[in-house]
This record gives sequence, C-alpha cells and structure tokens, in this order.
Amino acid sequence: MAVVSSNSTVMNNVEAVRATLYEAMKNDDRTLVLGEDVGARGNVFLITKDFITEFGPERVIDTPIAEASIVGIAVGMAMEGLRPIAEIQFADFIYPSFNQIVGEAAKIRYRSNGEYTCPLVIRTPYGGGVRGALSHSVSVEALFYHVPGLKIVAPSFPADVKGLLNAAIDDPDPVLFLEHKKTYRLIKGEVPNGHYTIPLGKANVLKDGKQLSVVSYGLYVHWALEAALGLEQEGMSVEVIDLRSIRPMDKTTILRSVEKTRKLLIIHEDNKFGGIGAEISAMVAEEALFHLDAPIRRLCGPDVPAMGYALPLEEEFMSSPAEMAEAMREMVKF
Amino acid sequence: MATTITMPQLGETVTEGTVAQWLKSIGDSVEKYEDFVEVSTDKVNAGVPSPVTGTIRELLVKEGETVATGTPIAIIEEVGAASAAEAAAPAARTETAAASAPASATAPSPNGAAAATAASPAVRRLAREHHVDVRTVKGSGSNGRVTADDVLAAARTSVAAPPATAPPPIPPPGRTSTYAQPARGTLIALTQARRIIAERMVESRHTAPHAWSMVQIDVTDVWNWRVREKDRFERETGHKLTLLPFFIRAVVESLDAFPLMNAKFVPAAGSSPAAIYVNEAVNIGIAIGLPTNLVVPVIKNADQLSVRGIAIAAGGLIEKARKGKLGVDELAGGTFTVNNNGANGSWASAPIINGGQAGIVTMEAVIKKLVVRDDDSIAIRRMMNSCLSLDHRVVDGYVASGFLAELKRRLEAMGPQGEL
Amino acid sequence: MASTDIATGTFERHGLSDEQLREIFRNMLLQRQLDNRGFQLNRQGKVPFALGSEGHEALQAGAAMAFNRGKDILAPYYRDLGLCLGIGLSPYEIMLSIFARAADHNGGRQFPNHYSSKNAGLMSFSSILAAHLPHAVGAAYAIKYRGEEGRAVLATCGDGTTSEGEWHESMNFAAVHKLPFVMLVENNEWAISTPLDKQMAQPEIWKRGAGYGMPGRRFNGFDPLETYAAVKEAMDRARRGGGPALVEGTCYRYLAHSTDDNDMTYRTREEVLEQRRKDPVPAFEALLLEHAIMTAQDVAAMRKDVLRETNEATDAAEALPYPDSTELYTHVYEGAWQPWQS
Repeated sequence: MAVVSSNSTVMNNVEAVRATLYEAMKNDDRTLVLGEDVGARGNVFLITKDFITEFGPERVIDTPIAEASIVGIAVGMAMEGLRPIAEIQFADFIYPSFNQIVGEAAKIRYRSNGEYTCPLVIRTPYGGGVRGALSHSVSVEALFYHVPGLKIVAPSFPADVKGLLNAAIDDPDPVLFLEHKKTYRLIKGEVPNGHYTIPLGKANVLKDGKQLSVVSYGLYVHWALEAALGLEQEGMSVEVIDLRSIRPMDKTTILRSVEKTRKLLIIHEDNKFGGIGAEISAMVAEEALFHLDAPIRRLCGPDVPAMGYALPLEEEFMSSPAEMAEAMREMVKF
Repeated sequence: MATTITMPQLGETVTEGTVAQWLKSIGDSVEKYEDFVEVSTDKVNAGVPSPVTGTIRELLVKEGETVATGTPIAIIEEVGAASAAEAAAPAARTETAAASAPASATAPSPNGAAAATAASPAVRRLAREHHVDVRTVKGSGSNGRVTADDVLAAARTSVAAPPATAPPPIPPPGRTSTYAQPARGTLIALTQARRIIAERMVESRHTAPHAWSMVQIDVTDVWNWRVREKDRFERETGHKLTLLPFFIRAVVESLDAFPLMNAKFVPAAGSSPAAIYVNEAVNIGIAIGLPTNLVVPVIKNADQLSVRGIAIAAGGLIEKARKGKLGVDELAGGTFTVNNNGANGSWASAPIINGGQAGIVTMEAVIKKLVVRDDDSIAIRRMMNSCLSLDHRVVDGYVASGFLAELKRRLEAMGPQGEL
Repeated sequence: MASTDIATGTFERHGLSDEQLREIFRNMLLQRQLDNRGFQLNRQGKVPFALGSEGHEALQAGAAMAFNRGKDILAPYYRDLGLCLGIGLSPYEIMLSIFARAADHNGGRQFPNHYSSKNAGLMSFSSILAAHLPHAVGAAYAIKYRGEEGRAVLATCGDGTTSEGEWHESMNFAAVHKLPFVMLVENNEWAISTPLDKQMAQPEIWKRGAGYGMPGRRFNGFDPLETYAAVKEAMDRARRGGGPALVEGTCYRYLAHSTDDNDMTYRTREEVLEQRRKDPVPAFEALLLEHAIMTAQDVAAMRKDVLRETNEATDAAEALPYPDSTELYTHVYEGAWQPWQS
C-alpha cells in the first residue's frame, strides 16, 4: 500500500476490508471473526491473513462447513453481547443461512420488543466478471433488501468500504456487508487514516450532471462513471450517483438529482426483474412523476439464473461501459 | 419509411438556394403536393411541395441558411410505412427464438412509439404552470418530442399560445430584408421571436378588454434622493441607479394594497368555471426594448426586495437582456409589468397588457414643470406621468384608479432621505 | 418414576431437600394449571390459540431445578411452559403473553408460548424449530470466550427438531469447541402427527452424542428427580468447562400439538390413555405423600394456591390493554424503520 499523504493511504478494496477489520479487532475485545477458512488460511482473499496469530483462534474462528450455523451462532453471540463479524465465503453460499438472516437476525429486536438485539455483521463477496460461473458470481442483494430489520450496504470505493464497514460494525442491528469481488484488487483509492464511519443510507454523487441521473452501485458504478465521463466529450452532462447503501436507501439524493435532470437510468448487475432498480423506479414514479421527462429506464442483468463459465455467456450477462454509454446517450437525446 | 428532401434547383443556372421559411414544424403532418418550405434564390422565391404524405421528421437547414442544390434539407416520414415495417420484423423471427431483445441497452422502449405525441409528466406540469399550449411548441427531442426544456423556452410569457392555425399565406415573391435592417419594398421573414410577439399581442388585445388611466406624479423628492445616492450606488454595485427601482418599490407596495392588480383572469376550461386568480408571488416584469425584440425579464418576489435590491436585480437583468443572455427561468413567471417608457420623451402611452396579467404600468418622461400647489404657491417640480392599461375583466376603475392614486402617494412620499 | 426402594423404604432424592421437592411439585401443578387455563380461555373465545405441554411437567420441573437462576442461560422451545416458570417467569408474565398485552415481554408481537426474558436469561426464540440452537451455541461460545466460569446454556427441543439440519450443525459446533452447552431433548414421541419411527431410524436420540464426540444420556422424563440428576450432571460438567452433553428425557405428549390440531386423526385414544397411566403429576404427588413430604391437606392447599395464583394472573393480564397500533412501527431497528431515508 502506498502512503500518499500523512492523512490518507492508497489501497484497494480488499486491503480496505482487511485494514478495517484489523482495527476493529484491535480496538474491541468483543469483536470476533468467524467463517470458513478465515483463520489459518486467512480468508480465500487473504483478508484475515495472520489475524489468527495476532488475535488467537478464539477470536478468529475456522468454522465447520455449515453456513446456517455460521450465521446462527453469530446471532447467538450477538444476542449474548459479543460483536461478531460472520463471513460467508461467497455470496453464492448464503442460501443455507437464509432463515437465520431473514427469519431470525432481522427479527430478534422486533419480536422481543427491543429486549434482545442482534448487532451482527455478515460479510460476503458477491458479483461477477471473474469467470466465476454459477456459484461464484451471483448478486444477492435483491433477496435481502426486501426484509425489514436488515441493513444492507454495497460500497464500491476503498474509502467507502472502510467508512461503511466501521459503521456496520458499530451498528446495533444486523448488517449484510456486500463486497464486489471484482473490485477487490481492481479499484484503488485514497483512504483516510484513522477511524471514521460513513452513515448508512447516504448515497454519494460521484459526478454532477444536468441531463440525466444515473444511479448504480457495486462494480457497475465504476463503469457508469467511465461511460459518463466519456460522454462529456460528446457534450452530454450525466450525473452519476453511487448508492453505497441499499437498505436504508437514500431518497433525497436520488430525488434531488431527478428533479434537476428529469431523467433516470438505473444500472445494476443483478437481474432486472424485482431487482433494486424496481424499487427505485417505483419510488421515483410515486414521488417525482411530474418531474420526469422520459420513462425511467433500468439497465440490468438479464433474467437468467447465472452468468455462465464460458466467456461469451459471462460477457452477455455483464454490461460494459460502452453499453452503459449507449443507454445514457439514448436517454439524453430522448 | 423516411424520405429525404433535397434543395431543389429553381432555375437552370441556379446552384444554391436559401431556406426562406419553414412552413411546417417537426411533427407536423404534410400532404403530398402540399408546400412545406419556402425557398428563395437570387432569381425567384418558391414554395416546395412535399413528394409524400407523412410527418415532418427532421428539418436539416435553418431559416435563412443557404445550401448547395441537392443538399438534404428535410426528412419526412411516410405515414403507414413505419407500422408496416414493424409488422414485417416479427414475422422474420422463428417461433422458438428466445424472447425478443435481451434486457440490455439496445432494447427499444415500449414507450417509444407514444413518445412523439404524448407529453411527459414534466412537460405537462411545466406547460400547465407556464400556460403553454404544448401543441404549439416545436419539439427538439427524439422523434420531434416536445421536451421540458422546449416548454420552458416557449414560456417566455405566461399566456397560452393559440393553437396552430392554418399556415400563413405565402407572401408574393419579392426581395427580403431583416428586422434589424429593414429596407423599403422588402419582405421581412419573421423570426421565432417576432412571430411570438405578434401572436401574443393579438391574443392579449383580443382577449382582455383594455381600459386606460393616467396620473401625474411629483417625483422631485425621489429624484433628489436618487441623485444623492447614485454615485455611491454605482461604485458599490457596478449598476446604474435610475428612477426605475424606486418606481418598482412603490408599485409593489401599491400592489400589496390592491392585490387585484396582481391577479389574472382565468378563463373557463372544461368543467372549471371562469375565475380570477390572485397571484401568490409578486414578480415584476420589466419591459426592455431591444433593437429587434422586446423582452420582459422578471424580478421574482420583488415585494421582498428593498429599492437597492430591486436596483441590483433590475440592473443584472437589463445587462443580460442587452447581451441576449436571459435564461428561460428569468423570462417566466411574471405577475405584473412595468414599462419605463420615458427615455425618449414620451408623455403618455397605452401599452398592451402582458398576457395573463391584470395590468401594465408605465413611467413616462420626467419633465420639469411649473405647478400650482395647494396653497396657491408656484413651484418648479419634476413631474412624471404614469399610465396604466388594465384588464377590465379583472379590475374596474375603482381598483385601477385606487392603485394609481396609491402609487402616486407612495412615490411622492419617497426621499430625499432614507435607506435604499 | 422415582420409586420407593423396597428394601430401604427410601427413594433417591439426589440431594434435594424436602422444600425443593415441594417446589418441584408446585411447579408441576402450576404448569398444568396454567396450561389448562390457556385452553379454557380459548374455549371461551378470549384467545385464538393455545398450545399445551401436558406430560412434560416432571421433565421441565426437574430440569428447572438444575438450572442456576441468574447465571445460566435458557434456550427453550414453545412447549417449555414449566421450564420457563421454573427458571423464574411468573404466571402473570405467562398470561401477558397469552393475552398478547402491551406489557408482555414481546409487546404482544409473538404467539403465546414464545417466552422471552432477558432478566431471567431466557433467549428470545421463534416458531422455527432448531433455529434457536445455533443461537444457544453462540451464547455458549460467548460465555466461554469471556471466561465466565459457572455458567452454561441449557437448550431444549422436542424429538422432531432433532431432524433439522441446524440441530446437527449446533451439536457439531458445540462439540468441536467444547462449549458449555447442554442439549436437552424432550422426547414426547410425537412431532405434531409424525411418530418417532417416521422421524428417525435410531429411536434412541441420546446415542447420537457419541457421533459428535460428546456424552449422551437418556433418563425417564416422567421422573422429576431422575431428570434433575441427569440435567444437573450435564450442566455441572458444562459449567466447569467439561464441554457439551446430550441428555434425552422420555415423556409423552398427552394433548394434541395445539388448538389447531386434532390428534385423533393420527393416533388412538387407547395409546393416549395407556400413557396417561404414567402421568407424572399424580405419580409425584403419590411419592410425596408416601414419604410424608406433604400431607393430603398440604396438597389440597397447594392446588388451591396454584389456582389462586393462576386466577390472579389471568385477571391482572386480561385487564391490561393490547399494544397500540402505532407500536407496529417500533423496534424494527434502533433508529428509523423506513427503508427509504432522507
């Protein structure tokens, strides 16, 4: 990691996760990490490398292969006063723990009228573009963002990774922390030193624009930004918003942008039908219909079960910056 | 299918032509053999008939622009051809083909077909707010769609433009000149601006029954006040201090006392009966005459500004007007208009009401006069007439003369001391 | 059932005093009384749902006696009325949950029988069987992690729950990490309509302990004292760091699963009557009378007192209000509940 100034350090997304977890472990004895291969192996992306040496196996737990209980045990730890950070090795493996996340963790506070709480973080790498095929490419946010009692964040930049992970760790409620695996090493940025948090529920306007609002998150935020910057050369002014937080979601930033540009394009990697874009579209139609000068548009993953291992299948599933630019262009000209 | 029309050769030796006037706008329909453009060359002016029946899709050359013979000047979409093409396409696919276009950027929007004629929610709202008839607005969006920006651009005044009528008659052939440099015996093609002014003036005059009244105001004290302050004001703000901001301040205070002067007549529409709407804001338009144009930029919420604030706002707008840099938002939303007419010595004038307002008031020339005062003494005072054209559907003489009396009283009470 | 040794005329009381034996008995009576009250209220049309625990009285009273109040943690399931009473919940709290009052621990949000009490160390649970077991394991981990000696987690479930994947995952993890976790299976032979032989091929659940590398033991769940001994042994071991254990108490579910169940559709009246002959409540009463730990008048007085306590609790809870409808929006998160935020 290159130190740029005395106030910040340049690092990529995986380094940001690691650094943040490390500080959390150092600063709070109640924090522990549990998941498959997080201890001796240090996580399959080396996020917790050597943590077990420094913090001990009681705090860096190599669990059996049992996703339901990875989350369930973390729920029990949280109910009993610890601050566990559970890892699901790949988001594609999260399904066995669905009940523990949705039926249990999300409802602990609610069903006990606040007597019990569940301050739990579940971290998992998601997303494709890495030839990950059926079981190492999926996006899962749409399955979970529907659930009251859960919080979900999906940062795209290293500085956001740190701020939001810290906020998630501090959060008294269960947070699903989604890390796009393709951005792990691909995306570098300056990360302020020292402890800081970014509040959940706040989007970030990456680029101001006047003719079109583009809302995105995850890997695609980077492609969308690239596309929008390219369109500047064509005299088009496109605003790009990084959602960062999926539940809660930032209404004000989106509405303010749409009121300015009057056009909305939502871009996400996850399948289109019932994806995050559907909720954003409904909200904007409900609250800003008379500001819209074009139908809301969603550029999303196709409604097929997975991106295949074969390259043409993955490429067909994923959207490229050029495709995003074309969609933006069409909307600006509309 | 789309038919491209090119610049015709209007004479054996002619190599180029000028588009004198488009007789159709984008989105208009045109019949085969119907003239859709007037082209002029150094020899002749001629209307050019359309080769097909259809809808004007694109106009590729601006009015007044000269292009070589054979240059594409317009694209007309033949009616009936589009749907035939679409019907043919699905038949070409196999039954087992996967669902149509993937959910990606290239999939056509089902809204697309309707977009050309349907107004988007933003367009409808803006059109409603600015009293613009969308049907008369030229669309700059795809497929000739009227965009929100188009509506705002058209909303320079707040009266709904009349629906498109039959195309204006073709003027007889002859030489042309411009509004800026009019020459005798020539025909001046109307710019968009001039066309709109003409339409709006007719509309205003024919819709609102104009009545007229005048008062004479002793502006000596306020004049002296202005003289005291003007150098310092100009130093501090960079703007000139004229009598206008003082006048406007007196106007807004008088409008406060006579809110009906800041109202508008709302004709019956559908099931809603006619009514008078008293505007919530006081947005004062200042009529500014430019060489070829008349613009009325608006000082928003002028009642919340002091004389100084009004002067700065007005100064800014006037400067922008002279440079042609007024934005559409600066031209929209006026509720009452002030016309400073006295620069060239006018003593009285009968202005046409700015469409959709209840009145327009002028400042005529400030003239030194010998006056007889109440105590029969004689004095030299600076006197200024102020004339009011009023919409008699909204106000009667009672309100109008009351307003003018109030205006006179307030202006005469201003200065020479006080805070600007 | 603890029986009198013919030779010595004594019975094995496992170190329990007379007072403790009476306490066990009272718990059993109270459980049955409150249990019954739920059904009475249902038949009166006052509450829409009731779920009984008849047959479990001895098992639950005995296990409760082995639980250290204020130190141990309980992760029960929804048939553990007696166990929850035994670790410190009052009849009033039970009735608040039956009437779904605002003052209920769960604010009237949960079904009745889904007790929760942070004070008493009773972990909140849902209707999803076995979902609470990883929580219990996590709590046990927390205790061990913090080095809190003398504390253990007592988790319970029925025979049916042992088929769930999370039962297995919990047992496995508890054993791998030698956690202070005791899995008490209340084998009442029925999982709604599923009898034991459809639920598992190996009917002796305690034997699974060896498969996980932890001790397993079976005891007669109709005998409160045998129950006490078995649970105490396991809990003591866990408390001193000896790791987890599986203890299986056999009993029988005398009633249908709940008011929404008709058990005559899947078992015979004869079978139920046959099992009734082993009813632990009269059996333990007989033992106490036989050994003069209580007299008949004592028993009558105790029954009367239990009824009084039940009536008072019923009346007190019934008089209280439901939660206000605005309460629906509270405790979704610590902060605002809306998913869209400004």
